[in-house]
Amino acid sequence: MEQIQTPHGVPLKKQIARALFKQKVRALLLIAPLLIFILITFVIPITDMLLRSIDNSIVSDTLPQTTTVLETWDASTGELPDEAAFAALYHDLKQAIEQKNHTKLGTRLNYESSGMSSLFRKVGKDVSKMQEGISYKEQFIAADKLWGNLKTWTLLKVYSPKYTNGYFLAAIDMKKTADGAEMLPASERIYLNLFARTLFMSLVITGLCLVLGYPIAWLLANLPMRTSNLLMILVLLPFWTSLLVRTSAWKVLLQQQGVINDILVWLGVVSNTGRLELINNQFGTLVAMTHILLPFMILPLYSVMRTIPPAYMRAAKSLGATDWTAFWRVYFPQTIAGIGAGAILTFILAIGYYITPELVGGTQGTFISNRIAYHISSSLNWGLAAALGTILLTLVLVLYWVYDKIVGIDKVKLG
Amino acid sequence: MSQTQGTQPFVLFDNVQKSYDGITLVVKSFNLGIDKGEFITLLGPSGSGKTTCLMMLAGFETATHGDIFLDGRSINNIPPHKRGIGMVFQNYALFPHMTVAENLAFPLEVRGFSKAEREDKVRKVLDMVQMDKFGGRRPAQLSGGQQQRIALARALVFEPSLVLMDEPLGALDKQLREHMQFEIKHLHEKLGITVVYVTHDQSEALTMSDRIAVFNDGIVQQLAKPADLYERPTNAFVAQFIGENNKLKGRVKTLTGDTALVEFADGQQAEALAVNCKGVGQPTLCSIRPERVRIGSQASLYATEGQVIELIYLGDHIRCRMSVYGDDSFIVKIPNAGDGTMLSVGQTIKVGWDKNDCRALDA
Repeated sequence: MEQIQTPHGVPLKKQIARALFKQKVRALLLIAPLLIFILITFVIPITDMLLRSIDNSIVSDTLPQTTTVLETWDASTGELPDEAAFAALYHDLKQAIEQKNHTKLGTRLNYESSGMSSLFRKVGKDVSKMQEGISYKEQFIAADKLWGNLKTWTLLKVYSPKYTNGYFLAAIDMKKTADGAEMLPASERIYLNLFARTLFMSLVITGLCLVLGYPIAWLLANLPMRTSNLLMILVLLPFWTSLLVRTSAWKVLLQQQGVINDILVWLGVVSNTGRLELINNQFGTLVAMTHILLPFMILPLYSVMRTIPPAYMRAAKSLGATDWTAFWRVYFPQTIAGIGAGAILTFILAIGYYITPELVGGTQGTFISNRIAYHISSSLNWGLAAALGTILLTLVLVLYWVYDKIVGIDKVKLG
Repeated sequence: MSQTQGTQPFVLFDNVQKSYDGITLVVKSFNLGIDKGEFITLLGPSGSGKTTCLMMLAGFETATHGDIFLDGRSINNIPPHKRGIGMVFQNYALFPHMTVAENLAFPLEVRGFSKAEREDKVRKVLDMVQMDKFGGRRPAQLSGGQQQRIALARALVFEPSLVLMDEPLGALDKQLREHMQFEIKHLHEKLGITVVYVTHDQSEALTMSDRIAVFNDGIVQQLAKPADLYERPTNAFVAQFIGENNKLKGRVKTLTGDTALVEFADGQQAEALAVNCKGVGQPTLCSIRPERVRIGSQASLYATEGQVIELIYLGDHIRCRMSVYGDDSFIVKIPNAGDGTMLSVGQTIKVGWDKNDCRALDA
């Protein structure tokens, strides 16, 4: 094939590639500030956080020799490790105590078995008193009976690898043992229940938003300009008020000595002693979150409905359809794009909502995000928080994928 | 009027009024009888009330006052879906989420036709509009003209006796529009349906209609056959709205029978056919079609002098703007006869016309 050349003798293909390269570089430079910003403030922290859900290097970093020795030990024999393991532990701990790392390890292992934290705090003094030449095994067991317990050593062995699925197992109410993973006893299970509740309540909230928002969006799209503008301001008004103010307002309304209960008592619907519990339970969370998320449903619906000319409904009626048939067969199918967008937006916002369930949810109306926040700021078990977060993220992505399969993401229209 | 004595016409508007805001009347007093099988066009500028009248007939607007009868029954309280009137909308309003065949089956489905009947009727109507291969497509995959045909087919598929069309050809280009005009006209003739057609395009109205109602300002200015409307407009608005028109302002000097002697702005006088002038001494507007004006040696009756101001060569004719009776916007269409009679700008020439072509109307 003959190659076309420019007047300067450069092949045309090369020339074009050169010209396009410059364009690409310029485009890249233009978005570079944002790209770097997102990378530093979003991608890197999130990745780091997600990696924490499997990171377990603290055990092998703090007790390098012990973990190596334990590799050859078999817990199923029912015998404690030999002297070498205790000697390795002594040397490792001596090092760790100098760097004041032993309490951190204690905290970490305490997530898996309570009592570990105090054991490792105490071991600081114990190790300094130990003498060389005498069996370390005896000295450790003399210092604390737990060192002679098979469970302690099994725990150390199980958690000695650099990476662990322990956090994830904990996040789905399972426990790592020497014989593999097993479910926690029913009374100790929290998270599966919480995930189920979060999903269920998010779905209910999305459904409520749809049922309440659809007629309003329809009004917005079909009322005369002046009226619909006023209505639009009313829809957006909550957006302009602080989230906390809105949630607190619901507290004022819904609490047992609150406005609604007062009115009900005054009307004689409920007795003064039988005031309804409207807040600090699931009902409170549903009401407050539906209110807060309603605009996210209304706006996509409205933007889709606005583009549907009234002529369609008229055409359907002129062709003999009743009002209901015209709506169901002609109008409604055209709003599915808006319903999809609104539902996805509302659902994803709801599933990760934190502040409102925290304030009005009590114990029965809290979400998985509240638990994540607890582990981040109170229990400081970041690994578990990261595992819970990862599961939540995966869950949303899976639902998104299912949604794409059923409805088709290209059908989603935000405006 | 073509309606037969004694029997009520198929569609009857009886003194219908419509107001949206309770202050102004959009339709002031609308009376119209439409016979079965007639093609009636409501013609007028935008905002003249013609679409409102159509919407009242379809049932999407309610009349503020007066009655509308369809086949002898008052339909004021019948909802649109029970009126059984086919309608073609301005932008077709084909349902975008349904295929062409589903669109066409929709009116049959809501009427409870069986699947076999539906398929049969849809196939027939697609054949009728020559779109038989397009049943599986979506409206968005069709061209404007094809969408237009489908919209037409959908309005006809349930065999209504009355079909309303609201500027159905407005979105098409000129050539396609003219083609569709004939097609609609032929369908109308073939099926014997009654059509009420709304447009603001006068050539469309003239091409298709049996009768035209010219609307302005909420009232019917004139209701007549296309030829009558052009040849014999009864008021200045119709003369102005239909076709090109020269209007000479003057004052009625004398009135004898149907002849008015009109004095123009520059003091000259001429006779005109008194059609709609209020009386002696009253202002009047004389309307003359540009192609009825004769010039030079052909100008015999009612001749005056005119000065050529502008000449535009248009192939089959030459458009000549001249100053006649002190009016500088007087247009004459001179047929291009090829006899070499060429005018030049600034030339003064004799201008004349038949007395009956100069109609003295209201001012």
